[in-house]
This record gives sequence, structure tokens and C-alpha cells, in this order.
Amino acid sequence: MDIDINEFLNRDEQKDLLRLLTAGSVDDGKSTLIGRLLYDSKLLYEDQLAALKRDSRRVGSVGGEIDYALLLDGLQAEREQGITIDVAYRYFATSKRKFIIADTPGHEQYTRNMVTGASTANLAIVLVDARNGVIDQTRRHTFIISLLGIKHVILAVNKMDLVDYRESIFNNICHEYRSFITRLKIPDLHFIPLSALKGDNVVEKSESMQWYTGQPLLEILENVYVTSDRNFIDFRYPVQYVLRPDADFRGFAGTIASGVVRPGDDILVLPSRKKSKVKNITTSDGNLKEAFPPLSVALTLEDEIDISRGDMLVHPDNMPRTARSFEAMLVWMDEKPMAKNTAFFLKHTTRTTRASIDQIRYRTDVNSLRKHEASSLALNEIGRVTITTSQPLFFDPYMKNHTTGSFIMIDPITNFTAAVGMIIDRPSINDQPNDEIFTDRATKKEHQEHAQDATLKNIVAQQLLAHEGLKLKPCRGEDGKLTIGVGRRLEERGISEDEALFLLNNDISASLADLKKLFAATDSDLFASLPETVQRVLIEMRFFLGSDAFRNHSRMIRAVQDKDFALATREMEQSSWFAKAGERGRKLLALMKENVRGER
Amino acid sequence: MQNRYALSHLAELEAESIAIIREVAAEFANPVMLYSIGKDSSVLVRLAQKAFAPGKLPFPLLHIDSKWKFREMISFRDTFCREHGIELLVHFNQEGYNQGIGPFSHGSKVHTDVMKTQALLSGLDKYGFDAAFGGARRDEEKSRAKERIFSFRDRMHQWDPKNQRPELWSIYNTRINPGESIRVFPISNWTELDVWQYLRVEKIPLVPLYFAAEREVVEQNGNLILVDDERMPLELRRKAVRKMVRFRTLGCYPLTGAVESTADTIEKIVEEMMTVSKSERTTRVIDFDQEGSMEQKKREGYF
Repeated sequence: MDIDINEFLNRDEQKDLLRLLTAGSVDDGKSTLIGRLLYDSKLLYEDQLAALKRDSRRVGSVGGEIDYALLLDGLQAEREQGITIDVAYRYFATSKRKFIIADTPGHEQYTRNMVTGASTANLAIVLVDARNGVIDQTRRHTFIISLLGIKHVILAVNKMDLVDYRESIFNNICHEYRSFITRLKIPDLHFIPLSALKGDNVVEKSESMQWYTGQPLLEILENVYVTSDRNFIDFRYPVQYVLRPDADFRGFAGTIASGVVRPGDDILVLPSRKKSKVKNITTSDGNLKEAFPPLSVALTLEDEIDISRGDMLVHPDNMPRTARSFEAMLVWMDEKPMAKNTAFFLKHTTRTTRASIDQIRYRTDVNSLRKHEASSLALNEIGRVTITTSQPLFFDPYMKNHTTGSFIMIDPITNFTAAVGMIIDRPSINDQPNDEIFTDRATKKEHQEHAQDATLKNIVAQQLLAHEGLKLKPCRGEDGKLTIGVGRRLEERGISEDEALFLLNNDISASLADLKKLFAATDSDLFASLPETVQRVLIEMRFFLGSDAFRNHSRMIRAVQDKDFALATREMEQSSWFAKAGERGRKLLALMKENVRGER
Repeated sequence: MQNRYALSHLAELEAESIAIIREVAAEFANPVMLYSIGKDSSVLVRLAQKAFAPGKLPFPLLHIDSKWKFREMISFRDTFCREHGIELLVHFNQEGYNQGIGPFSHGSKVHTDVMKTQALLSGLDKYGFDAAFGGARRDEEKSRAKERIFSFRDRMHQWDPKNQRPELWSIYNTRINPGESIRVFPISNWTELDVWQYLRVEKIPLVPLYFAAEREVVEQNGNLILVDDERMPLELRRKAVRKMVRFRTLGCYPLTGAVESTADTIEKIVEEMMTVSKSERTTRVIDFDQEGSMEQKKREGYF
């Protein structure tokens, strides 16, 4: 090993975790791709390889060569059929990151397994065979990925070796996929041509596809930024367990579902609506100054109030919805079809209550995305439903908050997980009047608005795209109004806070990615190894200045690369930017100075 | 770390495991933590201590004693539980013990079935536990890669790999009927390296057998077996040699092979692991009985 083992372990400890999903059919070479990632990241131990070679001769489906797929197919029955039938989790690491892969099957009857794998994934790889292009199954997988709110998707066009690595084939597939995916909300999309079998563009850039200018797969996996996908805004703390070791200590244990909490924060308890303040955030390693998702902690409060499992602590100025009725997208997971009027158990965060499915608004055909009338849902079917619970739930729409927007429904007789659901961002018109005491004013107003059909919205979106056109830069329409996007009037309406934060998040991600690229020229880990304050200064400068103007500060950049922060501070102070930057410049300079010995 | 709210993988895994352990304590009437005295169990116990700090564990540990464990394991177990004020239950198969079942006389298959699998099942039945924590990890072995974190067992303690409950997000279905149970694997998502890393960072005490020392071993079918007591047949003991060895896993001493090594610290063990690369279960003799043997055992109720 090139580095000292202690150094290796210290670096390893700091790596973050990316959970990813692979979707594709048996024949798309999915298992081969995963096998290749595991193999090439050198985490396959020698004897696992030895066992693999032995097995390949017996049941392998690729004559002679190593069958990477055999690494993954765990259960005997599946091996005999030569296909994967359940969700399998695989682990690998590179020098930058740790990865958990949920490997899920591609067959239609196994939608439920893919939904399972997608529920915890940050990123999805959708595999298509270059010879077949986008097929029904690709659409189905992508729909499920968007339904489960995965924000990063990579379309991996596999088996490029079998189409002579032709760029036109790749481009056609990307084009077709793009036109399909505009209907689904996926904020971050990548396209890669590859050959899992030959290793093209998996870990190394392909020699055979010089026309491809993007990154190989592993590089994207290593660098995609996922922390900001978590919700750090709306504090939600479902109480999981009450710790009472003695009369003096009363802690409410749980996992932060979203938002950030600090000692001294005002909190409100749902459903009792009692108020208190956070006294301490305790862990066995000492008290914390703040806690955020997904940390598991315990909170102590200033006042003695009665709180038990299933209650939720929130900030009083940022409340979830409280209701006994809501709409959700439901995926049926049980062999036994849905029977209306069954009193299911519904588990949502740490709360379990009885629930019934009142109405199926429609069933979505996962191949065509068309909506059909339905009176029941069967295994692997997805539909929009109205649910009523016997106790109120405290929830947010799934797209804003995966933890407080998701639930499972349990069959009361078999105890099987019969269905899983994602709550939709619209209050149901069927809300019970007795929920009013729990409902704040804004929500009540929403209640009164008549529910609009989702199909209609989709059609109108297409219609408006055609009528207004898509403008990515502000421009004046025929009426002289400044507009952007699809007919958004900038002067009158501007953008909302949510929209602004969405843009900000994108811009920060872009700045960060650019800085990493810039510094990687010297050393691939350099940026990550800088002190956090230096990273913060650089990101804000890059954000503010843009790519070119930032690069003009070459002397400062070089000083940072040399980790000479004293020089970097001086260069920063002398730059023409600093002269104009005013208060912001002085603040950033102060942050930079924190890293200069003797200044602190 | 780019973002003040970015967590290291180890912090994220720790949070996930603690949440799982608390969920079991909250939802089950009579849970137990299976304690094998090995490194994964040691991590599991530390996580449980963290989950309920400053209080004590709200459930006991259960050790299934096959009566053929390394002697150092037993003394470590007793000292550890006493020092940490942990309630320890020890259960073994009395009938099998009376019949003198053991790996030397009956072979690994019979011994494992009677003294481990059957002992485990009768132990769980005896106390009527409705949930049992185990320290299995999905990266250990192929059939484990597909097992749920909350893994349902029927009245006969059997696992049905084809009919597992879907498990989504971090919402766990804990509902069972009387007599049924759930096996819970809080460190499912940890890798072997994560476990070593955690042992190192948290300074968790381990059975000394994990660290290299000069020990008396005999070679049997390519495995280095420790001469741990007089029950090893004399003709084997005569072949004993002293070697620098350590153990990658701990179980019944006649069924657990040592590896030659000089690694006497966690750092050195990891270094060996990364460079020499031999998957850890290969030193457990039971996995090689037949292809898919672990899956077979799991269906029958073995962990």
C-alpha cells in the first residue's frame, strides 16, 4: 500500500455513502454491470472470485468468460432459473465514497421489488440495451423512479460494443428518453454509453468511444452531490421511544426526519399542541449543538409534558398537515388484491393506526402512464387513492419530505405489508370536519379548493409548452413583458422562495462540482481535504463570480492549492473583486483568515 | 466534508442501526439480543448501549453455547457482561450435551444442527422471545444479501426467502401473530471494513483471539485448528505446532480455522485484509458443506 494504514483508515472513516438502484431487464446486462463495478473497485476478495470461477463452469450462462452476474444471484432457486427475483443489496467502495447498490429485477411482475429498492436510493441507473433502445420496461422503471422521488438518474446505454460503438445510436436513444422523461420530475439526468462486459465507460473512459465527452459511470457515482437532497428546512421529529432511566432524566428518542434542531428552540408537540423548549440534544457521546437528518438522538425539554411514542415534535412556525384523510399514490405489494372496507393497519413514521381505502381515483398503467378507472388494485399495480385513518396523522407531501410523506399498509389478518404509499401534495376534499381543530388556516383554505384532475394538468402543460414556448433566458414576449421558462412573468411574479432555493441549490452544486474539477487537476482529493471555511469561501466566490472570473484569481487559487492560506488571504485581499465586494468580501476574508496561524 | 450537514458513512450507518434497535424495543413485548461474543456482536451491543443511553439495555443478551466455543470467548463474555451490567442468558442443548455431541465425534453437520440450530430454536422457545437481534451483515454471504432487516420467521422459526415482506424506507413492519417472531439485523448495511473501523474508532474491547499471537494449532483438511482443550483427539494433538495465528471469525473451536498472521492490532488486521484479501467466512468450515448451504441453514432457522 502506498499510504500508511492509519492514514487509510482515517480517510476511509470520512467517506460518505451513496445508495443507488439499478434498473433494467435480465438481458440488459445489469448484473454484469454491478459485477464489473464490484470487480473493478477491487473489493472482490480472492476466494469469492475462486468460488465464482468454479460456479461459472457449472451453471454460468456466458461460455468461458467470467460471468459477473453470478456474483449477485444469491438464492438457489434464482440461480437455477438464471434470473434475479428479489432485491439484493451489494456493497463496494472507492477511494472517495462507499456505495450500497439495491439490485432489483426487471420483470413486470416484480414492480414491487423495484419500488422497494427505490425507496432508499439517492440515485438510479436505468439500463437499456443499445440494440433495443427505450422499451416499455425502460418507461416503467423511470416512472417508478420518479414516483419514489429519486432525484438523480443515469441512463446507461449498455452493449455499445454490439452496435460498433456508434454515436448516432446513442444519440437517438437519449433523444427518445428525453422526450419521455419531460413528463416526469427528475431534476438531475445523465446519459452514458457503455459496455459493462468490455468495461467501456464503467470505470475508465472508453477508447472506442472518443466522441463521448462526459465522465465514465464510476466518476459520476463518486461525485454526485446528494446531501442537499435531504430536507434541512422543516423540522419533524417523530418520537420513537421514551428514555426514562431514572426520575431525573426524561429523553425523547428518535431520528430527525427533516429540518435542524438546536437547544433553546421552541417546539410544539403534536397532537397535544403543548409547547416547550429544547433543553438538550443528548447522545451517548455527549450533547450536540444541533441535530439534523438522519441522526438518531434524544431530546430533553425544559418543561415536563406528557409525550409518548407516535407523537411528533415540530417548530411552532412550521407545521406539517394534520388530518385523518389524504390522497396518496399507492403501490400494491400483496398477492392478495385490495379489498375495499378492509381495516388495514397503517404505519406512518412511528405511528400505527387503523386505516381504510375509501376511493380509487384511478390506476396508472406503468407502461403507457395512462390513467384508468379501477375498483381494486392487484399485485404490482399503482393507483391514486383516498385514505381515511382512525387517528390523525402529521404528514407532509412525499415530494417535500420522504419520511413524513410515506407509509405502509399492513393486512390485519396475514400481517403482510400489503401496500405502500406516498402522500400527495393536495388536501383531500373528503377531510373530516372534526379535523378542523388540528388544521391551520392555510390548510383549510386549500381544503376548499376543488380537487383538479392530474390528467388535465398534464395536458395543459403540453398545451402551454406549445403556446408559450420554453425560454431558458429572460426575454420579452409580444406584449413586451419579460418572461422566463414557460410564460413566467418576471416583473410581476418573479419567483417564489421555494423556487429560489431550488435554483440556489443547483447553483451551489454546480459551483462545487466546478471547484472539484478545477482542483482535481493537481490532486483528485485536494478540494475535499481543504478546511471547511476555505471551501465555503471558494464556493461563494465561484458562485458569485462565475467560472471565468473566478479562474482569473489564479494566484489565490495556486496559493490554496499549495495550502498556503496566508498567501491566499493576501491575494484575496489584493484582488479587484475584493475592492468592490464590500461587506461580503470582508466576511469571506475573515473566514479565510481563520486558517492562518496566529490570526486566530 | 463539503456541507456541515454531510455525514460520514459510519455516522449514517450508526444512526440507522440505533433507530432499528429502538424500534424493536418500542414495538415488541419480549425482545432479546443474540450475542455470539464475536466482533459483529460486540458492535451490536455497543450500538444498543448508545440507543438507550444514559439508561441500560431494555432487553437481555442471549448466548447459545454449543459447549465447543473457545475458552477465551467464554471468559471474555462473562467479564464483559459483568463490567457493563448487562443481563446475560446462556442456553445450550442439554440433550445433545448429554449425548456427547461434538464436531470431532459427529462431524460439523450434526454438531451444528444439534448444538447450534436446535439449541437456538429451543432457547428462543424457552423464553418466548418475539424478536431476536442478530449481527449478520448482508455483505457476508450471498443469501444474506437479500434478507430483510426485519426478517419474519414462522412458528417453526423458518425463513421463506420467496415470501419476504417488502421493506421500504425506514418503516418496519413489526406485526406478528402469537408464536411467530422477527429476526432483526441492525447492521445489515455494514461491511466488514465498517465493522473494523467502528471497533477502532469506538475502542470496543474484543476477544484476544482476533489478534495474532503464538498459539498451538494442528492442521486439519487445510484448516489450522486451535488446541483449545483435551477433547481434541490425541492423534490430532500429537501433530500440534506453534504458529503465529489469529482468527477472522469466532465459533466452535474445532470448526473455526485460524490464519497465519502477525497482525496484533486492528490497523494491522485491516492492512492484511486489504492486501491479502481472503473473505472472512472461508475460515468457517460449515459453509462448505454444500453449495447454498447457508441458505439451507437459514431456511431451517439458523442465523
